[in-house]
Amino acid sequence: MLKPKVKQNSVDLYFMDARSKLIDIAAFMDRVERDGLTDDFRYRAFKDALNQLDADKRAEAVLRALSDPTLEPIEAAITKAACGAWPEKPR
Amino acid sequence: MRYIEPHAHMVSRTTDDYLAMVVAGCKAVCEPAFWAGYDRSSVNGFYDYFRQLTDYEPKRAAMFGLPHFSWLCINPKEAEDLVLGREVIAMIPEFMGRENVLGIGEIGLNKNSRNELTILEEHVNLAAENNQLILVHTPHLEDKLKGTQLIVDLIKNDSRIDPGKVLIDHVEEHTVKYVMDAGMWGGLTLYPESKCTSPRAIDILESYGADRLWMNSACDWGVSVPLAVPYAAQEMRRRGYDDETVDKVFFHNPVKFLSQCENFTVRG
Ligand SMILES: [Zn+2]
Repeated sequence: MLKPKVKQNSVDLYFMDARSKLIDIAAFMDRVERDGLTDDFRYRAFKDALNQLDADKRAEAVLRALSDPTLEPIEAAITKAACGAWPEKPR
Repeated sequence: MRYIEPHAHMVSRTTDDYLAMVVAGCKAVCEPAFWAGYDRSSVNGFYDYFRQLTDYEPKRAAMFGLPHFSWLCINPKEAEDLVLGREVIAMIPEFMGRENVLGIGEIGLNKNSRNELTILEEHVNLAAENNQLILVHTPHLEDKLKGTQLIVDLIKNDSRIDPGKVLIDHVEEHTVKYVMDAGMWGGLTLYPESKCTSPRAIDILESYGADRLWMNSACDWGVSVPLAVPYAAQEMRRRGYDDETVDKVFFHNPVKFLSQCENFTVRG
């Protein structure tokens, strides 16, 4: 494991940045709701991932919640792009 | 400071970027073969790309006194076409002897399809037969977790491959442990929005240690930051890390992995 010789206060370093991102998330959710798009599978996955903020390892849990959890290769790649949420996630 | 940029698509960047990198302390840049943003129309497109990576781009970098190295392959985004994939793989040995070539990469998966896996396996075989280092691209976003597991398992199954000669790139919090447990190296990619930020990359070092991890910008033709690596070094200093640790992460680590290829040399 790696540790700095002189440990800095991580709240001092990162609170303002995290605060700003938190407000951006809140504003994004207001916007999606205003626009009536809450049924989009990406938004549903997003809300689901928010529940992971109580997890033990939050960043890992959020990433897992947004991932394809299967292990079987797909038959063929018909697109090159990824969209950030697993489209087949059950409701 | 001094650092290595272990993953940058310089063919897409300007001479201003070369200058900025050198001024920031870059001592060597390594360029994996990848997708050009469009599909090449035939194997000849790759022939010219490999000439660019092994001949023209090193000369362009040399104008700034920067050693340039490259990796060769057909990238997973173009690997759905097995015929094209095999034509490109058959051409790689012709370029493998060139003096700036580090190994086979960035191979891997994109959408985790059967054909992508077939071409990945054939690249791994090529690397094993020629004792080459391997650089692996893991899929984006929702496909990364599954793709990383499939890739690591496939490579682990080939007993000819020394895991210490494999670097799995673009790891994040949910994939880094799988790579570390397999004895391979991991790359933390500092790419806007879709990959890692520098605070998260440093968190990962703090959680998993800095022995088999490096950082790269993966700057290319998309919105990306060619100085992301020295910016991350600055973030480490802000967190209280000393120059010695910064030097280990940004210079010694990549030099240690890359020096397993005798073509790689760097002046401190
Ligand atoms: Zn790349």
